[in-house]
Amino acid sequence: MTSADTSGRLPDAFLRPGSSSFVDFLGAHSPDLLPGRRLTAGGAPADGLAPHATTIVALTFGTDDGGRGVIMAGDRRATAGNLIASREMEKVFAADAYSVVGIAGSAGVAIELVRLFQLELEHYEKIEGSLLSLDGKANRLSTMIRGNLPLALQGLAVVPLFAGYDLDRGYGRLFSYDVTGGRYEEHDHHTVGSGSVFARGALKKLWRPGLDADAAVGVAVEALYDAADDDSATGGPDPVRQIWPVVTVVDADGVRHVGDDELAGTVERIVAERGAAHRAAHGDRPAGGGTRQRNQGGARA
Amino acid sequence: MTMPFYVSPEQLMKDRADFARKGIARGRSVVVLAYEGGIAFATENPSRALHKISEIYDRIAFAAVGKYNEFENLRVAGVRYADLRGYSYDRTDVTARGLANAYAQTLGTVFTTESKPLEVELVVAEVGPTPGADQIYRLSYDGSVADEHGHVVMGGQAEQLGARVADAWHEGMSLAEVLALAVRTLGAVGADGSVTAEGEEREIAPGGLEVAVLERAGRRRAFRRLQGAVLAGLLDQPGDRDGAEQV
Repeated sequence: MTSADTSGRLPDAFLRPGSSSFVDFLGAHSPDLLPGRRLTAGGAPADGLAPHATTIVALTFGTDDGGRGVIMAGDRRATAGNLIASREMEKVFAADAYSVVGIAGSAGVAIELVRLFQLELEHYEKIEGSLLSLDGKANRLSTMIRGNLPLALQGLAVVPLFAGYDLDRGYGRLFSYDVTGGRYEEHDHHTVGSGSVFARGALKKLWRPGLDADAAVGVAVEALYDAADDDSATGGPDPVRQIWPVVTVVDADGVRHVGDDELAGTVERIVAERGAAHRAAHGDRPAGGGTRQRNQGGARA
Repeated sequence: MTMPFYVSPEQLMKDRADFARKGIARGRSVVVLAYEGGIAFATENPSRALHKISEIYDRIAFAAVGKYNEFENLRVAGVRYADLRGYSYDRTDVTARGLANAYAQTLGTVFTTESKPLEVELVVAEVGPTPGADQIYRLSYDGSVADEHGHVVMGGQAEQLGARVADAWHEGMSLAEVLALAVRTLGAVGADGSVTAEGEEREIAPGGLEVAVLERAGRRRAFRRLQGAVLAGLLDQPGDRDGAEQV
């Protein structure tokens, strides 16, 4: 506890009426604990020092009248330069009972931001006795990302994707952000992170209105599979270590993590379909055309 | 020149204590009872928004009697204390004992140094992994702390009601049993503030009660409010009526 008061009594700042925001309280009482306030040496570029978290996808499912929900999924890889820093990193978190947040960017800063964001929502809920509105939550996240701008300028950017069930309106919504804290509501689907280009391409072809939750989970996993196919920083499903993407479903019942058994089945189905499609196109020959052409130029092996 | 009246420290403290006690006794009681699966809190409170029982942290709850603005301030301070501690260390490092100490120091300092003591009495409770590890701290207006075992009654007529609860409470009671005991205890105070004889308690409708529990098993956040149909169902269990008839 950062307090000069040694008598053990609660400091005056704790007893001051006012803000229901933990971030505001922290900023006033112990600003050094806020992630974005820490200055690194001389403002030197700091990217490349810390692991990077990569691709997050999110998409809606269901119909407007039947209770639209949102699915968010993330791969499990963190990279540091050309190395894999972690195979089991989780980048999609339940922010509270009705919303999830996924992060791409500098892993250490991002995880601390998520921890603070979760606490911010819980703190408000405890003090006010009611949940923050979904727009309110999205705006709080915006403020926190903006607070991280000094670090972002040094290369430690965090780009979240936020999704939740709007209890007032009765459907799920999706928000994307930029490093300056800009908040944009997305419709249907969105992706962030290094493999987002490929994942978004896949979502454009695979997503359609009125998907049910199970089909939407399949689409999310398949989009991540495509991202991992072309982006070296995105990890594909790992059947050897039994590591699957983190997939969360948010609907009127709240946040639910999709279980490993269900994901294993989904991955198995996607791999089998892709294998069948490949065999239909090329028979049993490898994709290279059968004959090895070792002297071909281009990409290095 | 006028001489200021001399007031002995004993008299000063006694006056302040009387003042605080009077303020606290005006409010309705809060009953805190440990049961097999956690700790239950109950009070008579028709308001759905102004709570006397609240969540502080994952396994810690807060209950108060007295002046609303004063204990609300302490509650918010407690939430800030717990969240800041959990954020700078770890969630497991937030304990009811630490919070009770901070409250005790605060109440004690205000009692001796400020012109008016805080007219509040608090309970800080933490549910543990086993019933033996449950902690219930009762804090008075002067900063004194008592580590209670299993049951606490605060507020008006606390002594008489506390004696009744002490007789009826035993370890290993179910949630429905402790809620029946709590409602019986709360109903023993009549509209004029007098304590009725046992067996002649007022009936209190579930809508007029504020009830919450800290549940031992299950989710990270153990605090749960019991309202509406859930509460009515628990209060209406046949087992309780049998229990009530034995009294």
